[in-house]
Amino acid sequence: MSNDAPGSATSDRVTDFERAQSSEPFQRLRKRHRSFVFPLGVAFLVWYFAYVLLADYAHEFMATPVIGNVNVGLLFGLGQFVTTFAITTWYVSFANRRLDPLADEIRSDLTATGHASRSER
Amino acid sequence: MIATAVAETTSVGEPLLNIGIFAGFVAITLIVVLRASRNNKTAADYYAAGRSFTGPQNGTAIAGDYLSAASFLGICGAIAVNGYDGFLYSIGFLVAWLVALLFVAELMRNTGKFTMADVLSFRLKQRPVRLAAATTTLAVCFFYLLAQMAGAGGLVSLLLGIDQAVGQSIVVAVVGALMILYVLVGGMKGTTWVQIIKAALLIAGAFIMTVWVLALYGFNLSSLLGAAADKGGEAVLSPGLQYGLTGLSRLDFVSLALALVLGTAGLPHVLMRFYTVPTAREARRSVVWAIWLIGIFYLFTLVLGYGAGALIGKDTILAAPGGVNSAAPLLAFELGGPVLLGLISAVAFATILAVVAGLTITAATSFAHDVYASVIKKGKAEPGTEVRVARITVVVIGIVAIVGGIGVQGQNVAFLVALAFAVAASANLPTILYSLYWKRFNTRGALWSMYGGLGSAVVLIVFSPVVSGAETSIFKDVDFSLYPLSNPGIISIPLGFLLGFVGTLTSRTLENPAVAAEMEVRSLTGYGAEEATKH
Repeated sequence: MSNDAPGSATSDRVTDFERAQSSEPFQRLRKRHRSFVFPLGVAFLVWYFAYVLLADYAHEFMATPVIGNVNVGLLFGLGQFVTTFAITTWYVSFANRRLDPLADEIRSDLTATGHASRSER
Repeated sequence: MIATAVAETTSVGEPLLNIGIFAGFVAITLIVVLRASRNNKTAADYYAAGRSFTGPQNGTAIAGDYLSAASFLGICGAIAVNGYDGFLYSIGFLVAWLVALLFVAELMRNTGKFTMADVLSFRLKQRPVRLAAATTTLAVCFFYLLAQMAGAGGLVSLLLGIDQAVGQSIVVAVVGALMILYVLVGGMKGTTWVQIIKAALLIAGAFIMTVWVLALYGFNLSSLLGAAADKGGEAVLSPGLQYGLTGLSRLDFVSLALALVLGTAGLPHVLMRFYTVPTAREARRSVVWAIWLIGIFYLFTLVLGYGAGALIGKDTILAAPGGVNSAAPLLAFELGGPVLLGLISAVAFATILAVVAGLTITAATSFAHDVYASVIKKGKAEPGTEVRVARITVVVIGIVAIVGGIGVQGQNVAFLVALAFAVAASANLPTILYSLYWKRFNTRGALWSMYGGLGSAVVLIVFSPVVSGAETSIFKDVDFSLYPLSNPGIISIPLGFLLGFVGTLTSRTLENPAVAAEMEVRSLTGYGAEEATKH
């Protein structure tokens, strides 16, 4: 099962990956994945750096009390936790619903066509 | 005079009790490691625990690997002393996991085998890229390892009441020897179990203390904050105490924030954990578990830090041996007396042990798999010799860690963790992202980015005030500091990305499009990914 040969680039030369790559289902999967993670990645980084810059340069604003001793800074900081947990949950549900079924389909297609010609694996 | 004062303050708690509880932890983990080591036969067993851990188990181990003594003792102390600014660290450490979750974890799991270099060299020229990736891996592990070992000595003086250099050195040597034993015998499986047990203890301990502190203030966060502000001044509730002093210190914080958020997804010992699960889906579940555990833990540290500030006070904490780091142990003693202090102390030691073990197996795997088997033996190593080389490397690294750890006792090495994150963010992350997402990326881009990112981060640190020219520098009497910040990230991270881009565009060699296609298809679908070993 596990071979000790180094390098995972144990390129299998039989499977036609270029054809698989240009196939419609794969292009759909690629687009779906990228159009989810890239905008979300930009969004959380912008929110994180906005928070960092506020904490770094807008002390008075962050010190504004909101409820009792809880101030804007603390709420924004806790907000970072909330958004991190929310993005995590959102991504997982997206991946389970929209990415995994398509990836499984492409993988089983590849396995079916691959096994016909590659019996050594 | 000073010695007696120190002896008096360290007599909080009972060193024998602390040692006893820690010995209990060592005994339990040793049994687990020995049981886990029975199936260590192949390289996949030794390096990747046979890829047999589940997502939740691996996520807990990741939390155990990531929540180092620096983040437990250091963040609690920073909040207790500097208030809000301590909290800023934990946010960077947490948000960073989204980079790993969204962009890196699953794709790395699908295309790699044991190391970061497997992925980076997949579609580029094997030997030079692998060697560069191994170099940055070893550099990050080395910086991180030294910082942990230096922390061990500080803990000893705080928790065991040993403040002579000889005593501290003996304890560092004992910690190092235990770590060698765990990794040598248990491999990745043993290391993982040590991390899981430690994470459970650490989070449980922090949970108990958090509930306890909150109960003292009627479960009202505002009252706790009020009490902290009464004792430490209104300023502890808002940012600025630590980083807001000058324009340069503010810029330094931006640099640190950049390194924290982009560094995590490039830390080799974190990346390697993704190979211990059977599928990319389990790798995703690992990160989700890690994010929840780490996030909740950092919320605990917020309460604990302000609790220590309110119940013990900044001045008492700073006067204690161990300084800032003593906030959490002092709070434990205040709340639950010697028994709770003993538990928390044992957990702190377990933390160092678990993190050091994780770093060591990562460095040893990278050396044996990338440098020895692929570069020196050109992929033709005898079966079995690779793992033997890895085991020898474990012993060598362990000895280096012990000697280095003794050598840096008493030095201010906190910058080493920041340096490790900066190198990970500027040398590793650009190449990881480019090779997973940019079709045109090529060998020259990878080499420029990795060596340029590593070199610039190290050079900037050498010419920064942490090394020379300031009160807290390593060399106080000479001044060759040219770079005014203590964190190199703000320059070295953009430089790493830029060098990868420019290097790629200036090179005429096109990489094999078939292998690039293979990598992309495999990374997204998991086709042909390394499977779990069956025993």
